[in-house]
Amino acid sequence: MSTALNEKSAGYQPLIVAFCCNWCSYAGGDLAGTSRMSYPANVRVIRVPCCGRMNPMFVLRAFQRGADGVLVAGCHPGDCHYSTGNYHGRRRLSAFKRLVEFAGFEPDRFEVRWISSSEGDKFAEEMEQMTAKIKALGPNRKMRDARWQSVT
Amino acid sequence: MPRTGVFICHCGTNIAGTVDIEKAVEASRNFPGVVHADDYRYLCSEMGQDLIKKAIEDNKLERVVVGTCSPRMHEGTFRKAAAEAGLNPYLLEVANIREHCSWVHKDIEEGTPKAIALLRAAVAKAVLNESLDAPELEVEKRALVIGGGIAGIQAAIDIAEAGYEVDVVEREPSIGGRMAQLEKTFPTLDCSACILTPKMVEAAQHPNINLITYSEVEEVKGFVGQFDVKIRQKARSVDPVKCTGCGVCYEKCPAKASSEFEMGLSKRKAIYVPFPQAVPNVPVIDRDACLYFRKGRCQICEKECPPQAIVYDQKDEFIERRYGTIIVATGFDQMSPSQYGEYGYGQHPDILTGLEFERLFNASGPTGGKVVRLSDGKPPKKVVFVQCVGSRDKARGMNYCSKICCMYTAKQAVLLKEKVPDAKSYVFYIDVRTAGKGYEEFQRRAAEEYDVAYLRGQVGKIFPEGDHLVVHGVDSLSGKIIEIKADMVVLAAASIARADAPDLGRIVGINSDSYHFFNEAHPKLKPVETHTAGIFIAGACQAPKDIPDTVAQASAAAVKAVGLLSKDFLKGEACTAEVNQAECSGCMYCEAVCPYSAINPVEIEERYHGGTLKRTVAEVNPALCQGCGSCTVICRSGSVNLKGFSNEQILAEVDAICLQR
Repeated sequence: MSTALNEKSAGYQPLIVAFCCNWCSYAGGDLAGTSRMSYPANVRVIRVPCCGRMNPMFVLRAFQRGADGVLVAGCHPGDCHYSTGNYHGRRRLSAFKRLVEFAGFEPDRFEVRWISSSEGDKFAEEMEQMTAKIKALGPNRKMRDARWQSVT
Repeated sequence: MPRTGVFICHCGTNIAGTVDIEKAVEASRNFPGVVHADDYRYLCSEMGQDLIKKAIEDNKLERVVVGTCSPRMHEGTFRKAAAEAGLNPYLLEVANIREHCSWVHKDIEEGTPKAIALLRAAVAKAVLNESLDAPELEVEKRALVIGGGIAGIQAAIDIAEAGYEVDVVEREPSIGGRMAQLEKTFPTLDCSACILTPKMVEAAQHPNINLITYSEVEEVKGFVGQFDVKIRQKARSVDPVKCTGCGVCYEKCPAKASSEFEMGLSKRKAIYVPFPQAVPNVPVIDRDACLYFRKGRCQICEKECPPQAIVYDQKDEFIERRYGTIIVATGFDQMSPSQYGEYGYGQHPDILTGLEFERLFNASGPTGGKVVRLSDGKPPKKVVFVQCVGSRDKARGMNYCSKICCMYTAKQAVLLKEKVPDAKSYVFYIDVRTAGKGYEEFQRRAAEEYDVAYLRGQVGKIFPEGDHLVVHGVDSLSGKIIEIKADMVVLAAASIARADAPDLGRIVGINSDSYHFFNEAHPKLKPVETHTAGIFIAGACQAPKDIPDTVAQASAAAVKAVGLLSKDFLKGEACTAEVNQAECSGCMYCEAVCPYSAINPVEIEERYHGGTLKRTVAEVNPALCQGCGSCTVICRSGSVNLKGFSNEQILAEVDAICLQR
């Protein structure tokens, strides 16, 4: 098992998977880059067309595979590129967050945020905050899939 | 496993500065499926693209991953290169190791492993990529311009001249917009009406231009090439065909209301044209002010109208039409300075905003072109201009510079001196910003030849004392406290987005910045495009700007629109949803969540236990599908998938990213 993030320091470095919608949040991430803002390298972004595309299974899979936190970011409600995708996403993912909590998993490991394409600063800030929060929570042990670990 | 090639760009030092390229190339060689890995200083250059093309041919590559800037930047470039080497363009994936990695991390120890993780995810996705074909979509050869100010007029004329039909929707009874309210324009002091009116007439008379005034866009559906738009044409209560524009109706009308065009400084009649040069020159009845509509009596206009053009029972009508492209040019508002209590705006008739003061110069304005105090009708001898009221004010107003105030203040001070030769102007400013051709020279002339006193500093308080307005300010250059007994105060209030800009943005499907100005697709390279294909923006709805910039942007938007209209077909979205009909149970939940009505039930026949069975399943129309993927998640049997962002591909990315754990 490679632990590139852990090699650097003895300090705990969480892994955070961020699913960003192509039109707002991914572009917000691009703007954070263009503006040379900085945020922790713990965050890795996966591009999805819309947060309405977010199947909760994707989130569970990330946790199973060892992600310590998952962030879904989409356009502000009302600003969806596809008119209504983020409304479906908002509803589905907030229900999912409650369900995760009900199942006995720390709900704070999963967040949904609205970041527009002009909010590079907000993108960097959210990534910063998420990382700090997950660092405080510590490693995700509950939902990791032991088989997956042994395979790699 | 498909034969995959990985190409990593240094982007000069933009990527190579924070990502160890050699390490990343080495790591890439070990990803499953990768048979070739290489790097280059600038992959987007012609030589870089040739390198990719040659490698595709030499190594018989079936998938390509480029580790470069954001896919929103150069995905198209690299897909085109792959296609030129005979590969389906959708077999290429981009790992964003610049905007999402090297530019946001400072340490090569942090950037390198992250870049490798992102590359690994892109390779994991790419091996699952499939060849895709974008459907061809017909283009409706007609453009819609929303807003009939100078930006909308210019864009419409340019499109019409290129030979395409264009409709202009204007909310007010006349086109003309803000520019029609101006007396003179800086820095040449052209009379605004003299240069605008011919354009308005040209637009009205052009065979390809259709003006839809006193109307608003209510609904926009569809997509580039085929926008279905619903326009509400408000009831004018006047038949535009019969009306000759003689003006008898508004001469005789007894009811009055505050004039929007005159910024509320004077009254207009209940039946009115906003200003004398209005186009079309057809009056409108303001039903809230009209005595007949309020009390059921009067009807003087109907009796007096020579061609019998008054139609009291006219109703709002709806126009539904298809357009290939839309230009949004809805302009700006001026902030009301009333929230700045210290300036006393709204509490004294001689404290005006810049736009209100402008109307005093106009021959058809509230004072008939005489620059006088609204309190006592005397010409002002001392006028204080206050700059940046609401602009460049992080605490209480807008952070941005409104761009036009320094110049129009200099213009108004010059015009004042010409109208009232013994008047003295004082300008309180933070900085004088005069970037523009001939602007600095003009402002200098105002200061030097027209004796305008520029005082660097801010005004703390304005209050009436006897006949005067006492202005307390500070000259920060001399450090002195200044007190001026002024006759009039003009506040350069911030230019702000229209109050209902976010609503229009929602209807049209474009987004806006935190000040509600519409967002361009790229701040430098796509200034008139939006993130929604086929919709362009022009003028002050994008950010505060002066007339030359507005006109230039309008023409730019028109060129983009014409470029689109000149095509018979457009390539549609290739990443569309598809239904596995063998598994679909026909619940049609997907139909309910589809924002494009792209999913319909169809009946299929299946062989079942020797016989045939008819059942209903979902079918996606790829021409309408825009690839949002809502249907894939709502599907209970998981039988809808999204090409290009399939469940398998996204999960493969998740796995690849988490592999280090």
